[in-house]
Amino acid sequence: MQSSPAASASASSSASGGASSKPTEVLESVVIRFAGDSGDGIQLTGGQFTAASAAAGNDTATFPDYPAEIRAPAGTLAGVSGFQLHFSSRDILTPGDRADVLVVMNPAALASNKKWLKGNGVLIANSDAFTVKNLAMAGYASNPLEDGSLADYQVFELDLSRLTGDALLGLEMTAKEVERCKNYFALGLVFWLFERDASMVEDEIKQKFGAKPMLLDANLRVFRAGWDYGENTELFQVRYRVPAAEDIAPGTYRSISGNEAVALGLIAAAHQAGLSLFLGSYPITPATDILHELAKHKEFGVKTFQAEDEIAAICAAIGASFANQLAVTTTSGPGIALKSEAMGLAVMTELPLVIIDVQRGGPSTGLPTKTEQSDLMQVLYGRNGESPLAVLAIRSPADAFDCAFEACRVAIKYRVPVVLLSDGAIANGAEPWKIPDASTLPTIDPNFLNSAEQLPGGKLLPYDRDPQTLARPWVYLGTKGLEHRIGGLEKWDKTGHISYDPQNHHHMTKVRQAKVEAIAQDIPAVEVVGPSSGDLLVVTWGSPWGSVRTAVKELQGAGKSVAHVHLRWINPMPRDLGEVLQRFGRVLVPEINNGQLVQVLSARYPRRFDRYNRIAGQPLTVAEVKQAMVELLPD
Amino acid sequence: MSHNIRVDLKPKDFQTDQEVRWCPGCGDYAILAAVQRALAKQGVEPHNIATIAGIGCSSRFPYYMATYGIHGIHGRAPAIATGVKLARPDMQVWVATGDGDSLSIGGNHFIHLLRRNVDLKILMFNNRIYGLTKGQFSPTSELGKKTKSTPFGSVDHPFNPLSLAVGAEASFVGRFIDVDARTAAEVLAAAAAFKGTAFVEIFQNCNIFNDGAWDHLSQKEHRSDRTIALEHGKPMIFGANRDKGIRLHGLRPEVFTLGENGLGEADAWIHDAHDSDPTRAFLLARMTWPEFPVPVGILRSVERTSYDEALCGQVEQVRSTKKADLQGLLNGRSAWVVA
Repeated sequence: MQSSPAASASASSSASGGASSKPTEVLESVVIRFAGDSGDGIQLTGGQFTAASAAAGNDTATFPDYPAEIRAPAGTLAGVSGFQLHFSSRDILTPGDRADVLVVMNPAALASNKKWLKGNGVLIANSDAFTVKNLAMAGYASNPLEDGSLADYQVFELDLSRLTGDALLGLEMTAKEVERCKNYFALGLVFWLFERDASMVEDEIKQKFGAKPMLLDANLRVFRAGWDYGENTELFQVRYRVPAAEDIAPGTYRSISGNEAVALGLIAAAHQAGLSLFLGSYPITPATDILHELAKHKEFGVKTFQAEDEIAAICAAIGASFANQLAVTTTSGPGIALKSEAMGLAVMTELPLVIIDVQRGGPSTGLPTKTEQSDLMQVLYGRNGESPLAVLAIRSPADAFDCAFEACRVAIKYRVPVVLLSDGAIANGAEPWKIPDASTLPTIDPNFLNSAEQLPGGKLLPYDRDPQTLARPWVYLGTKGLEHRIGGLEKWDKTGHISYDPQNHHHMTKVRQAKVEAIAQDIPAVEVVGPSSGDLLVVTWGSPWGSVRTAVKELQGAGKSVAHVHLRWINPMPRDLGEVLQRFGRVLVPEINNGQLVQVLSARYPRRFDRYNRIAGQPLTVAEVKQAMVELLPD
Repeated sequence: MSHNIRVDLKPKDFQTDQEVRWCPGCGDYAILAAVQRALAKQGVEPHNIATIAGIGCSSRFPYYMATYGIHGIHGRAPAIATGVKLARPDMQVWVATGDGDSLSIGGNHFIHLLRRNVDLKILMFNNRIYGLTKGQFSPTSELGKKTKSTPFGSVDHPFNPLSLAVGAEASFVGRFIDVDARTAAEVLAAAAAFKGTAFVEIFQNCNIFNDGAWDHLSQKEHRSDRTIALEHGKPMIFGANRDKGIRLHGLRPEVFTLGENGLGEADAWIHDAHDSDPTRAFLLARMTWPEFPVPVGILRSVERTSYDEALCGQVEQVRSTKKADLQGLLNGRSAWVVA
């Protein structure tokens, strides 16, 4: 835990959680990680602690780390679900590299999560679950709570199952029901430990179990028992306080996940364009929550179509775009592979379409619940023919709203398919998001062609173009006199008729490329964070933004000549990027892949690039990217 | 969906200025003409209609229809058309497809379209061959068929498109032969008027790669003996002399001769296109020559809520009870203020 430089240990009592006789130590930041069986309610527990931390004014960032199996056999390594939360009195950008506090519900959770706990970190273990059988399933030959192998940590053993059972004495509950309450005991304890406002959880329990009086009573009892245990046990002699953050911009905030924020961005863009939103989607981890979120909001006229497969999902979206809706399809990497041919159809028909790829580990089924940045080449080049697509990427959950809005804006303005890249860590991770004022959101003009009257010569030219954007008309379906046919065969320029003419194909290929490149006039210049020239520039796209920005700031604070450029748009790239790259001695590109952006940059800009790649299904840590930078810096 | 209906529309109002590029003698010409006649008669104006297709000879159809149109990708026309219809339920949407396009590469979309009952009219040109790729067996080619890809004869068991459709919960199933203008007009008019997925199989002759595939049924001299024109509520009587009938032995159809063995018209199976139980429609779909006359006309026409109606209805229902409050949506349920 990082002690606050300004604060010293004090002996105050909790402001919100009831008086305490124990002293409080003030900390600047804490990273806590909960781990247990998939059925232990770990994600729920983590989410509640996050909400309470955010409500207490901390900046927060989370990283849910869970298996693909819904309920792998209890006690196995395969079934371990983790949730990491970073909460701080300062502005933070990542869920933290390693945990100060690790709460484990069984030996498997310890075995697979110990590596994330800092040296001398606090380990809270449910000792009841450290049975011979569970130890064996986790691969332990002896009990780590007893064999001295945890000497480097501050271990707190709790017999959670028994304590939970004690709290529920007198209630007629099965052993299984009792067992399912134990996460609330752990939550109550850490709420006490970090002075969190208990009323939030209590309200939530009341809301959730209101219709089931016995479960309501049971969960409240267990939560309070966890709290009281902290207060009364001799195990814990001190509580910790992470004060409210003060370097956060004023405004109204909420906690939001990347998937939720994408959904809201789409709804807002449709609203600001005066269009109905149409989503064609097929369930796939980790993108499905976007479908779930959009399906809730029919009051905005959102139509969600859960198709029979990935191909039907995008094809329906193309049909809806032809029919003038803001059409979107959401998926992950394997789904993009299936949609590729239809993505080409969208390129050929020059219709607005937003394609969202929430990346996960690959190839093939790969690591469905783990994060990766390995679809960049696929979305840039993974189609037959010369098939240029606009591509932008989200950097964090709080960035997702703006990116989704931007993807829609550009798709509509330029009449192009736009790929929006997210990833598993962004999709499920959550952080505070400054809620925009809806009345100040920009409007988007769909600029339909909805009358035949003004046409030169009275004839529609479906592939006539706006000279600045090269956009073709978006004809309002059903307008008399504007009937026309489009399709996947090569088009005559302007008329849109089928053409096999060699010169025309050359010309149209160049036009489709120029159209994507024209988007560069609409995106901001490169923002260099740090000196405008120097020893090292770090270039990122997507979710490594947070770790890299944090590491760069730390190195800048240590007097190093390091700057950071983050690319929201990857195709096209900002027009001044090449010039910026020349101003630095070394350029480092860290990615959670085998070096994809670095290949694109290398092909485009004649200079040397350094790369840092770790493809472990996990976000890049601040420590590792910092080390990679240090290695490139002069001594 | 209510359109301005015009009584003065002519087939040529549905013709485009594009040169039709099917092979001379192709059955598609007759189908195109039949559709344009049916649409003119229906009176819905071209701008209220969209024609969607996939890939294949039949899928060039949209280019020759003066409606809105998309020539999509192989097998995906039902999906594209579904998107058009869900977005704009006021448009009348037609799908042109072939046996390869809809039953092979697009088989998945085909069955799901039928079960959803999206309000589309889907015309499947069945010529039992891949024409555009110059002659390979299709999912409706007969066993043993010799083609470029099956020089020793096909070992692929074919689909029966109509029984597949009935099995996939199709609510409207019809069939006509490309050269049979009378049945074409009847089936197309009924398909156009049907609210839901109207699936029509068309026996179409590919005179280049599978010439005469349907001659055993389509030739004038034996058409009446080898096909049976279904009429709702009427006994199933057929034959050039209308001297043969179909009767049901439990669930087993049987051909009989009127006046023999004491059997007459009163013994014939009465066609009920509106029977909600698909069993008899399935029996009809399985009837093939030479054991039986092949049914043409409307096998099944059973109204049930269309998918587009249900989806749009749900959206409207929510809209009528819940205000679209963008700021409220953005705020969520637990926002906090940083001063």
